[in-house]
Amino acid sequence: MKDFRARLRNLDKRGWYLILGIMVLLFPVIVRSDRWVQVANFFFIYAMLGLSLNIILGYAGLFQLGHAAFYAVGAYTTAILSTHFGVPIFVALPISGLLAAIFAILISRPILHLRGDYLCIVTIGFGEIVRIALRNDVSSLVFLAKIPGLALLKEKLTTMVITGGPNGIMGIARPRILGFVFRQQWHYFYLFLAFVAFTIFAMRRLENSRLGRAWTCVREDELAAEAMGIDTVRVKLLAFAIGAAWAGVAGSLYASWVTVIAPESFSFWESVIMFCIVVLGGTGSIPGVLVGTIGMVVLPELLREVLLNIQQWRMLIFGAAMIFMMVVRPEGLWPSQRFRRELELAREMAVPGS
Amino acid sequence: MGQLLQQLLNGLTIGSFYALIALGYTMVYGVLKLINFAHGDLFMLGAYLGLVTLMSLVVSMGLSANLLVFMLIFVIVMAVVGGVGIVLERIAYRPLYKAGRLPAIVSALGASIFLQNGVMLLYGARYRTFPEEFKTAVPEVMWTFAGARLTLMQVLMLIISFLLMAALYFFVNYTRVGTAMRAVALDHDTARLMGIDVNRIIALVFVIGPALGAAGGIMVGLFYGRIYFTLGWSYGLKAFTAAILGGIGNIPGAMVGGLLLGLIEALATGFVSDAWKNAIAFFILVIILILRPTGLLGERVAEKL
Repeated sequence: MKDFRARLRNLDKRGWYLILGIMVLLFPVIVRSDRWVQVANFFFIYAMLGLSLNIILGYAGLFQLGHAAFYAVGAYTTAILSTHFGVPIFVALPISGLLAAIFAILISRPILHLRGDYLCIVTIGFGEIVRIALRNDVSSLVFLAKIPGLALLKEKLTTMVITGGPNGIMGIARPRILGFVFRQQWHYFYLFLAFVAFTIFAMRRLENSRLGRAWTCVREDELAAEAMGIDTVRVKLLAFAIGAAWAGVAGSLYASWVTVIAPESFSFWESVIMFCIVVLGGTGSIPGVLVGTIGMVVLPELLREVLLNIQQWRMLIFGAAMIFMMVVRPEGLWPSQRFRRELELAREMAVPGS
Repeated sequence: MGQLLQQLLNGLTIGSFYALIALGYTMVYGVLKLINFAHGDLFMLGAYLGLVTLMSLVVSMGLSANLLVFMLIFVIVMAVVGGVGIVLERIAYRPLYKAGRLPAIVSALGASIFLQNGVMLLYGARYRTFPEEFKTAVPEVMWTFAGARLTLMQVLMLIISFLLMAALYFFVNYTRVGTAMRAVALDHDTARLMGIDVNRIIALVFVIGPALGAAGGIMVGLFYGRIYFTLGWSYGLKAFTAAILGGIGNIPGAMVGGLLLGLIEALATGFVSDAWKNAIAFFILVIILILRPTGLLGERVAEKL
C-alpha cells in the first residue's frame, strides 16, 4: 500500500493522462446508468462543436455567434440522405461535413471584411435564417407563385416536403459497421469518444501547423499578417470551412444518435452555448474547451441532481455562475498560455486607478 | 394602396419600439464597446413590471386608469429598471472592462439567463395578459383613411416613443453631461484627463439605456396585450439588429435602424410571407452590411476582437 502511494506521487503528467484515459474508457461500466452515459454523449457532441468553434473564434479570432447553422446543415444533410435516399450514416457523415464546409464558404466569403460586432450580428442572422428556413420548409415558398411566370411552381411547392417543417425529420437510420448496429447509449459512447479523441488529435496538429500559426497572426494583427505575406482572406475562409466541416460532422453524429431532429434543436440558444463553452473554458485552448463543455453541458445536469427541491432555481443559479466564473477568471478556466500572457500584458498597460 | 399604408403604419409602430430598445444597445456600445446581451431582458423586465404596477395601482389601490396613472407607471418602471441596470453594470460588467471583449459577452449572456429565469420564477412561465379593462383607459378612437386604420393607442405610443427619443437626442447633444458622455465614447483616458468621472458616465448610460428599454417594454405589453418571459430574446435580437443596421454606437443610427427594421418587417409580412419575415429582415441586414460595412450612419472605426 505504501509502495502504491509512493508510486502515485511519482506519477508524471503522462501517468495521470493514462489514468484519466482508463477512467473515461470505463465510464459506462463505472456509472452503470443510461442517463449519465447519455449526459456523457451530450458532452462529446458539444465538445466537438466547441472544438470546431474554437478554430473560428479562438484561433482565427472571428466573432462567430451562429455556429448552430453549420451544426444544423450537417444534421439535416444526414437526416435527408438517410430518410429520403437510404444512404448509410457513415457514408452520409463525410458528405454532411463537406456540405457544411461549402455552405460556410458561400456565406462567409461576402462577409469576411466585416469587423468584430458587425460580423457577430451577421453570423447570428445567418443562424436564424437557417433555422427559419428549416422550420418553414419549401412548401412555405408558395408566395413565389405570385410572381408572373412562376405560377406553375404552386402545385409542386405545396406538395413538397424536405425538412419536415416544425416537426422536423423522424426515423433517421442508426449507424452500422460490418453488421453491428449502434443502439444502446453506451454503443454511441464509444463511437463519440473515438470521434472526440480524433478531433483533439487533429486540433493539436492544426494548432501548430503553418495554417494554425497563420490564424494566430491574423487574430493578433491582420495588417501585420497581410504584410508578412499571409493571404488573410484565404486563411479566414479556411477557418470557417474547417470549423463548419467539424460542426457538420458533429451534427451528423447527433442526428444518427437521436434519430429525430427538429429546427428548435439548432436555435440561437445552441450557438450561445457553443460560444460560452469556448470563452468560459479558455479561448483558443483545447483542454479549456473540454472544461468549458463540462461547465455548460454537464453542470446543469449535475445541478438537476443536487437541487432536488429547488429544481426551478437551476437556470437562475447557472446564469449567476456564468457571471461569477467570468468575473473571477476572465481568461477562462483553462486558458492557453498565449491568452493568459496577453491578458496580463493588457492589465499592466492599463492606466492605474481607472 | 390601403394595405400598403396599413403596413407602413404598423411598421412605424413596431419600428419605434425597436428603436427605443436599440438605443440601449447602441449607448452601451458607444461608451464601452460592449454588446449588452442582457438588454433585451431588461426590456422584458420592464414589460412585466409595467403589468405588475398597473395591476397594483389600478386593481389593488382602486385608482382609475387615466393618463396620469399611466405616466406614473412609466416613471416608476423606468426608474426601477434603470436601477437594475446600474446593479448589473456593477456586478457583471465593471470587473471585466480590462479583460477583453469576449468575457464581458459571456457575462452578459449569463446575466440574460439570470434575468429570464428570475422573471419566470417570480411571475410564472405562462403568458401573462393585460386585463381588458385597461384598454378602455385609452378611448377607442380610430381613424380610417384609404382603407388603413390607425388607433389612438398607436398614435399615443408613437408620440411617447418620439418624445423619449427627442429628449435623449437633446440630452446627449446639448447638455454638459451629454457632452461628457460623447467624450467618454470617444476616448476614456482623455475624457478622464478632462476631469470627467468616467465611471459615473458609464453608470448613467446603464440607467438611461435600460430605462428607455423598459418604456418600450410597457408599450409592447399594452400594444399586444400579452407578455412572456422570453420576450427579451426575440425583441432584443431585433433591436440589436436595428442598432447594427444604423451603425452601432450612433444614436440617430439606432433610431433610423429601428424604424427601418420595423418597416421592412411589416412590408415582408404584408407582401411576402409572415413565416419568412425575420429571415427577410436578416437578409436585408446582410446585404446592407456587405455594401456598408459599418451600418447606415456608422463611422469607420478600427477595432480588434
